[in-house]
Amino acid sequence: MTAITQERIQAALRGLGRFALLGREAFASLITFKLAWRDCLYQMYFIGVKSQSVISITGAFTGMVMAAQTYFQFHQVKMDTATLAVVGVSMCSELGPVLTGLMIAGRVGAAIAAEIGTMRVTEQIDALRTLATHPVDYLVAPRLLAAHVVVPLLTVESIAVGIAAGYVVGVYLLGIDPAYSWYNMLKYTDTDDLIMGLVKSFIYGGIVAIIGCYKGMNCREGAEGVGQATTEAVVYSSITILIANFFLTLTLGRLLELI
Amino acid sequence: MIEVRELRKSFGAHRVLDGVSFQIEKGESVVIIGRSGCGKSVLLKHLIGLLQPDSGVVRIAGEDITRMDERELIRVRQRFGMVFQGAALFDSLTVAENVGFAFRRKKDVPPEVVRRKVAEALEMVDLPGIENKKPGELSGGMRKRVGLARAIVYQPEIVLYDEPTTGLDPIVADSIDQLILRVRDRLHVTTVVVTHDMRTARRVGQRILMLHDKRIYAAGTAEDIFNSTDPVVRQFINGESDPKDVYF
Ligand SMILES: Nc1ncnc2c1ncn2[C@@H]1O[C@H](COP(=O)(O)OP(=O)(O)OP(=O)(O)O)[C@@H](O)[C@H]1O
Ligand SMILES: [Mg+2]
Repeated sequence: MTAITQERIQAALRGLGRFALLGREAFASLITFKLAWRDCLYQMYFIGVKSQSVISITGAFTGMVMAAQTYFQFHQVKMDTATLAVVGVSMCSELGPVLTGLMIAGRVGAAIAAEIGTMRVTEQIDALRTLATHPVDYLVAPRLLAAHVVVPLLTVESIAVGIAAGYVVGVYLLGIDPAYSWYNMLKYTDTDDLIMGLVKSFIYGGIVAIIGCYKGMNCREGAEGVGQATTEAVVYSSITILIANFFLTLTLGRLLELI
Repeated sequence: MIEVRELRKSFGAHRVLDGVSFQIEKGESVVIIGRSGCGKSVLLKHLIGLLQPDSGVVRIAGEDITRMDERELIRVRQRFGMVFQGAALFDSLTVAENVGFAFRRKKDVPPEVVRRKVAEALEMVDLPGIENKKPGELSGGMRKRVGLARAIVYQPEIVLYDEPTTGLDPIVADSIDQLILRVRDRLHVTTVVVTHDMRTARRVGQRILMLHDKRIYAAGTAEDIFNSTDPVVRQFINGESDPKDVYF
């Protein structure tokens, strides 16, 4: 093994260590209520209210495509009225949380990394520290808490909009029987599916916020450093969400079966 | 009040400080001079725990801060105010919010009092009535003075100034010098000023430390330094470049 590979591995491990420490600090800040509440409210507004158009458009078109595609397949085997059930289950447990997570990673993760990264390179984080304020209390914890609270709400919104849009496409465009569709959807879409979606989105919100903060806090000098931190925040949080989704689907599926 | 012993710091392979030692008493004002890039800002950041040394000790009122974690440091830093070389204002906040930032954690101070103190501090740095501007709308010199107001508004025991008068016109620079002295005398503030400005050094410094070649090269009262016969010190205070260093 060459020295360069070794150095890379060491750097990666050190990065993971710092990431874990940041997570621990943020958690400690949350449970000891040291975080800046006013900033938390502002972040909820920024992450939640300002993301609504993106989230509802994503939800609506995903729901519509799901309905159409499912209908095309199911129509061949005369199962038209099960279309909405598929839309419901997949929106609740997979598409809603994952797509919301990805959109939030693009919109919010990037903004967080860019903002905190710029603060770092212009010494604003150092200034914060000299003013006896812990950067985690002031910058990280409010964003983390806000994302944890708001992303599940956004997910519910995208699920609702998606199912409604799917219903409109299915019933008014493709002419599926509304009553049976509705009945089947309620029959096959469980509370468990929604719980799974909510738990997932709670976790994805945290992933986006903490990776964005981490990338910002550890950003390299200069405009290039901020740019890189922003890109990496989006890429890493998107990939983490997709990978975590697989494992969450397996474990949560098992867990919810047990209960 | 501040004691630094055998401080060493490198960035990668680049050694910046190599065995810096000095002591600053309570209520004293000390000026640190030295060539650009010799590590004055780095040294100042060690005094407030923004940087961790590779080895050595920094004691603030008897407490070693070099091995403290960030939460413990918060307690120590409440005694400090710091003016950054590049002002480092929070650009998402207004000037008033910037200056009043330290009062966020003091819940017992009512908002009117904060507002009054902020107005007074801005008055002191000769910038009355700009409370609602954003840092982006200010000139570089104005930003620096807002940074100064932010560092002294909560009346800390120790104030660190990183080049407080660089980039200001001579009249404002003079008023900042006066301000630094006023703040020091009124509240017995321990003052550390980093500067290249010899006028500021002469006026503000009771004692002058010269950082050269990674350590404290010369130390003494302002008089000692300005009357020094040491060639390195003389060259610096007279601002003569070495003929060897001039290539064209
Ligand atoms: N974060 C850092 N990473 C790497 N090197 C650094 C860092 N900060 C400072 N340095 C290096 O340390 C040296 C001293 O820097 P410093 O900012 O303390 O200089 P200075 O004496 O304040 O100069 P000036 O008078 O121009 O402000 C420089 O050579 C700089 O390259
Ligand atoms: Mg400097």
